[in-house]
Amino acid sequence: MSNAILSQTYENGLVLVAEPIPSLESAAFSFLVPAGCAYDPRAASGLSGLTCEMALRGSGDRDSRAFIEELERLGVERGESVSDAHVSYRGATLAKSLLPALELFADLILRPAFPPDQLEAARQVALQELRAIEDEPSQRVMLELRRRQYPFPFGRSSHGEQAAVESLSIDDIRAFHAKYYRPQGTILGVAGRFDWEALKEQVGRLFASWQAPDVERLQAERRAEPIAHVPYESHQTQIGISFDSVPYRDPDYFQAWGAVGVLSGGSSSRLFTEVREKRGLCYSVYASQHSLRDRGCVLCYAGTSADRAQETLDVTLNELRRIVQGVEAEELRRLKARIKSALIMQQESSSSRSSSLAHDYYHLGRVRTLDEVSAIIDALSCDSINGYLTKHPPADFRIVTLGPTPLQV
Amino acid sequence: MEFQTHTLANGLEILAECNGDAHSAALGFFVKTGARDETDAVSGVSHFLEHMVFKGTPRRSADDVNREFDEMGAHYNAFTSEENTVYYAAVLPEFQTDAVDLLADILRPALRKKDFDTEKNVILEEIKMYEDQPPFGADDKCRAAHYGAHPLGKSVLGSPASIRDLAVEQMRDYFRTRYSPKNIVLAAAGRIDFDRLVQETSRRCGDWEPFPAPREMPPVPTAGSFHVVTKESAAQEYMIQLSNGPGATDADRHAAKLLATVLGDDSGSRLYWELVDSGRAEQCSLGHYDYQGTGIFMTYTCCDPEGTADNLQAIRNLFRAAEREGITAAELALAKSKINSRVVLSSEKPRSRLFNVGFNWICRHEYRTIRDDLDAIDSVTVAQANAVLKKYPLTQNTTYAVGPLAAVAAPK
Repeated sequence: MSNAILSQTYENGLVLVAEPIPSLESAAFSFLVPAGCAYDPRAASGLSGLTCEMALRGSGDRDSRAFIEELERLGVERGESVSDAHVSYRGATLAKSLLPALELFADLILRPAFPPDQLEAARQVALQELRAIEDEPSQRVMLELRRRQYPFPFGRSSHGEQAAVESLSIDDIRAFHAKYYRPQGTILGVAGRFDWEALKEQVGRLFASWQAPDVERLQAERRAEPIAHVPYESHQTQIGISFDSVPYRDPDYFQAWGAVGVLSGGSSSRLFTEVREKRGLCYSVYASQHSLRDRGCVLCYAGTSADRAQETLDVTLNELRRIVQGVEAEELRRLKARIKSALIMQQESSSSRSSSLAHDYYHLGRVRTLDEVSAIIDALSCDSINGYLTKHPPADFRIVTLGPTPLQV
Repeated sequence: MEFQTHTLANGLEILAECNGDAHSAALGFFVKTGARDETDAVSGVSHFLEHMVFKGTPRRSADDVNREFDEMGAHYNAFTSEENTVYYAAVLPEFQTDAVDLLADILRPALRKKDFDTEKNVILEEIKMYEDQPPFGADDKCRAAHYGAHPLGKSVLGSPASIRDLAVEQMRDYFRTRYSPKNIVLAAAGRIDFDRLVQETSRRCGDWEPFPAPREMPPVPTAGSFHVVTKESAAQEYMIQLSNGPGATDADRHAAKLLATVLGDDSGSRLYWELVDSGRAEQCSLGHYDYQGTGIFMTYTCCDPEGTADNLQAIRNLFRAAEREGITAAELALAKSKINSRVVLSSEKPRSRLFNVGFNWICRHEYRTIRDDLDAIDSVTVAQANAVLKKYPLTQNTTYAVGPLAAVAAPK
């Protein structure tokens, strides 16, 4: 079922990875620029996010209004986000608008104007977002959990901290851009309908002049305390639980991921069955595998009434621990069916495929075709997953709760 | 793409947009029932019933239902709105028949008392979850204030009290008056074998007893009002504003979509440049939603409490200027290119086409190709758009503000 993966590494280090999907009319692209929030200076948390916001406010010879109007004229749906390692700029559009759209994004990435008269508005956008998150309990608990799961400077919130955001200057933004927006480590994923030769040439032409020295790799520091409660006036208590796992590039990754798939995913998975279906303890409960380049974890979430939160925590932890007793053949069979269909359906979305291509390249230095992934999934067995679980039992849980009263951990 | 329909003897309609090039098949039962069809005594029953539909049938337990969907690798779910309840699954084509068998079976649920009691807790948790999240229930309150006694003012979730008091027998009664095959459509999109679809559906659904399931359609009130709810623990202030707009069968609905895009799309609109780009609000957007017999424009704003009154005034000024001076040809052209591209992008997945095909049928009893939708958007003129603004003034709205503020000055 796979399509060929095409790739090109340019002289300055920029990588283009692309997958033609002939059944689609659209093309989507996803830039990963290695300027994520882990690179925010200690006292400037939020700088990567503010730099991204400012890059949208004028670049090349366009101001912010001209930039957005040109995207609309081309019919480009755009999105951007900041993760630990990257700032990501994404777009999806009709096939004929792909090459002109890339031109706009080359301006944004290489030639942002960073107009000083836009800084206060951009800062207000960042501060408004910070305040809005305070009102989102489920998001807050998971942000706090990630911060405690990973050693600094990983696991930080890309939204930054209020005092830092208030103090950032246009010079901070220019310096951050000059240092971290660089071709080595930048990956452009493209999927959908396109002409490979024309795409390769356009990307080369747009980005050939881009030069910047590489930066030192980040060093992990100490981890924060594993257990925390955040007092919050609410009906429900939010529960976040995490534990160490292996990163995406680890040979055992799919074993770990298979175990999590048995815990969470379909409605017949263990967490959904035990916590929601049998006991009616909550509306939302899940676990998912999360991966940075060199470390990974499992993140679990449950939100429930304060008076039933203790039981929810106990039942959830019990399921996480019980998984070492082994996954069963029937569970694995259902997991494989789910994944097979998800892989095929991924071919129906140029956006999700383009971002998978870029992330695959980041983690592996290459892209796995859907056939390769399918073969790995087929090869999973209860023995292989259970063997992994024996070596890496869920343990040393990090637990964050947010709600009116702390729980017994 | 080929569109096909078939009607069973009991009135159940089957429709499919067949696309031999698709990788997957999407199927869904669209039931024309929702909060607007409920009495106050059973508020929330449509949505609660949607949950109970997954709890098993005479020949399947709840575990069987969950397990069988997962065995097919189905992407499946259900949702309930003010006027529809939809159950759907996207599967690989080889599971088409299994998916119909399972979906059709669960549409005749057992509604067992024990499952009902357990699931009641899940519903109560869902209500609490929304009460803890912005806009902290203000959307339901605003809808109730805007529609008054009109059935569209009812809450989809219901209240903790109405859910707690609901008895399983009341749900069974509701099911017996709403889930008539004449009130249900089976829609499909993607790689569908239509003959097999008809065959399997008639085998599984042919014996469903038909009965009338009428819906009340009273006139919609037009008065506006202004309300403030204080929630001290909130960090931001949230505002919902509702005003009337064209309904699902009104030709003006395309102009309404374009107007909402020009004035309040989440990027590049007038509200965006005035309030979001400037950092005065975290969010401020305008959308148009259509229902049977009426429609609504909704403005949603989230901002620093300090800026609330100024922002409400700015929104009002912006709406007033639009009503007075209209939108421009250049703005309309940009909105068209934006919507056109969204229509095409969102049509690539059979799952998205399913909703288009299903809703067009239950709301308008018509099939519309992607081309039909693109042409309808393309043919809207500036004069038509501006006439809609005059006919449905955005300034005549019901406003709810919720957040830490004790009082908010109503905009003038």
